[in-house]
Amino acid sequence: MRRLHGVRLPHYKQTSDMPFETLPLPEKVVIPMSMHMGKPCTPTVKPKQTVAVGECIGTSDAPFSADIHASVSGTVQAVTDLRLMNGTVCKAVEIEPDGLQTPFAGLTVPAYGSREEFLTALRRSGGVGMGGAGLPTHIKLNPPKKIDFLLINAAECEPYITADDRTMQEKPLTILKGIRRIMQVLDIPECAIGVEENKPDAMKIISEAAEKDPAITLVPLPPVYPQGAEKVLIYHITGRTVEEGKLPADCGVIVMNVSSIAFVEEYFSTGMPLVNRGLTVDGDCIGKRCSLNVPIGTPIRNVLDYAQCDYEKLDRLISGGPMMGQCLPGTDYPVTKTMNAVLALSEAEKRRTTACIRCGRCIQACPHRLMPTELEKAYQKRDVARLEELKLQLCMLCRCCSYVCPANRPLAETNGLAKAFVRQQKEAAK
Amino acid sequence: MKLLRVTPSPHIRDNMTTQKIMLCVIAALVPSAVAAVIHFGWLALLMMVFCVVCSVAFEGLCRIIMKREQTIRDGSAALTGLLLAMNLPVTLPLWEAALGCFIAIVVVKQLFGGLGQNFANPAIAARIILMLSLTGDMTNWIQPRTAVSDFSYDAVSSATPLVSGTANIMDLFWGSTGGCLGETCAAALLFGGIFLIGMGIISPVTPFAYIGTMAVCTLIYSGGDVHFMLYHLLAGGLMLGAFFMATDYVTTPITWQGKLIFGVGCGILTFLIRAFGNYPEGVSFSILLMNILTPYIDKFTMTKPFGGIRKAGSKA
Ligand code: SF4
Ligand code: SF4
Repeated sequence: MRRLHGVRLPHYKQTSDMPFETLPLPEKVVIPMSMHMGKPCTPTVKPKQTVAVGECIGTSDAPFSADIHASVSGTVQAVTDLRLMNGTVCKAVEIEPDGLQTPFAGLTVPAYGSREEFLTALRRSGGVGMGGAGLPTHIKLNPPKKIDFLLINAAECEPYITADDRTMQEKPLTILKGIRRIMQVLDIPECAIGVEENKPDAMKIISEAAEKDPAITLVPLPPVYPQGAEKVLIYHITGRTVEEGKLPADCGVIVMNVSSIAFVEEYFSTGMPLVNRGLTVDGDCIGKRCSLNVPIGTPIRNVLDYAQCDYEKLDRLISGGPMMGQCLPGTDYPVTKTMNAVLALSEAEKRRTTACIRCGRCIQACPHRLMPTELEKAYQKRDVARLEELKLQLCMLCRCCSYVCPANRPLAETNGLAKAFVRQQKEAAK
Repeated sequence: MKLLRVTPSPHIRDNMTTQKIMLCVIAALVPSAVAAVIHFGWLALLMMVFCVVCSVAFEGLCRIIMKREQTIRDGSAALTGLLLAMNLPVTLPLWEAALGCFIAIVVVKQLFGGLGQNFANPAIAARIILMLSLTGDMTNWIQPRTAVSDFSYDAVSSATPLVSGTANIMDLFWGSTGGCLGETCAAALLFGGIFLIGMGIISPVTPFAYIGTMAVCTLIYSGGDVHFMLYHLLAGGLMLGAFFMATDYVTTPITWQGKLIFGVGCGILTFLIRAFGNYPEGVSFSILLMNILTPYIDKFTMTKPFGGIRKAGSKA
């Protein structure tokens, strides 16, 4: 089988052998009501109210949403507005911890007898895809089609990040139990775990744990970014192609992040909703790099203080990996459900942008075999027909093209703009 | 604490830059430059330096006059100057070389919008224009120093091996024959070309397709005469053209399929011109012609996106 293109990146997986540490409780947490794909939640608590760990503090009637829970026990200070990374504003609940971390008395281990009951229970867990986009788990596990393949995404192809790697090393049995649970409920016969070869320890631990299960296989993958992109992973492991405008479910596959699986299993064995997040703290401004277990809503400044960040050198603070992660405008921003890493980077070398020299590197790097340089030209002309012809909609904004371009052209960034532009034009035409 | 910078991702970049690419190509021409000095004397060095300086100056002036961002630092003008020098005979008067630089940089490159916008390879276009307008000076080949003991430029002139058809294969390989500065020594060009392929700067597809097609055509034409084939591969500007001109990013197709078509097309055209045309040398003309066809080749060799679906009725 042909392999899709991509780029070989430096790995910087320096926290791979550092077990998760627990961050001391912050003096306050700020929990945003939108940390998932779908409808933001409405706060269900009022200032001065006391809450316990795992208590629901935000919910929504919309099916496409995920509940929000208190990550600390304490007193609600305020319900405020918070500007999210994507620029929109949502409500956020500020809680002052009492330091006791009392679990919420109403938590019970969820019981279910049918697939519907399973999903309803999951709906209340607040679980979302922890690898990036934050699709609510109860939506992901309720596919419109019959699924015959469960694919566990443990590629973790971005440099620095080791959150999934650490989870695999520390909770292999939880992960496997979670896989079996989901396979049983959704009646899926086969499962593969895709791991990039740069995680030998995790691979060893998982394959030992999965040895006796013929339905679960571990698939080592070459460390080529973006190995963990959904369509790339599906193609490399199952040989199936998710076509334009289709979902993985259309070819019988569900892809789930390995940390999300671990969470699902923990939820069904303890009843504790999603309140903590494992993240990698790294970057050249970090004095003490580490893997951290953090209550959701913790201001990033607490994380940086703990990791001895050099604030003088700090230039860019990134949530996520260096390829697709987003810059944070300040250190007050809270840790969210989908944040798998915090990177503190110093100033990058200035690069000159030149005209495109038509070297073709962007085309060779693109996993979708798109032509980013042509897309850029088409967008400059605002040529919707040409953009469609060049299959703009297939672009997954993986940034390989921008990474390799010697002329430093903002190719993937342009594709992002072009997508928004095409959407606008289509809406205007309606 | 200072303010945080907010930039779009990716936050890391590959370390290859436009400037580094140009410098690599210049570096790959160094062996040829050394060979040129050995064969044609210090005047060859003067010619190369002169062309580089002229080209960079023209580029700089153009950008100032056009009130555009200054681009001489990207190295592309220096490279064009050097490539042009490689395509000139050492005896060419310097003012004519300067004219060549003017044509290459100002007319062919900047008037079309600068780096990345020109449709023809500036050095090739300049060579052809000089060739057509100053044919006498442009074909005043001299016998390299190694071939004559008592040497003076005015005294000994010689035909290029493509006209005479009598040179020794080894001489062609090492470059002790008449010709332009950079094209005589096939060994140095091969070395530079392999360096560029090894560095990942140029794709091996174009030179292989070009040289391969020439080899096949000459073999068939001569009824399997290997000596004839080697003669045509090593003589004239084929090596220079195949490794350094037909691989120019800007003026050649962008996908490997396109590069293959481009290389084969160049090979066939060069062969046709050499075998049946009036000019003994066809490399420049073939590359120029294929440059003109490049946008069309690009159109037919667009990539087929992964996961793309064809619209009903259209053949993608
Ligand atoms: S990588 Fe950059 S310079 Fe090369 S073709 Fe693509 S856009 Fe042009
Ligand atoms: S960002 Fe889009 S165009 Fe660029 S490499 Fe990724 S998929 Fe291809």
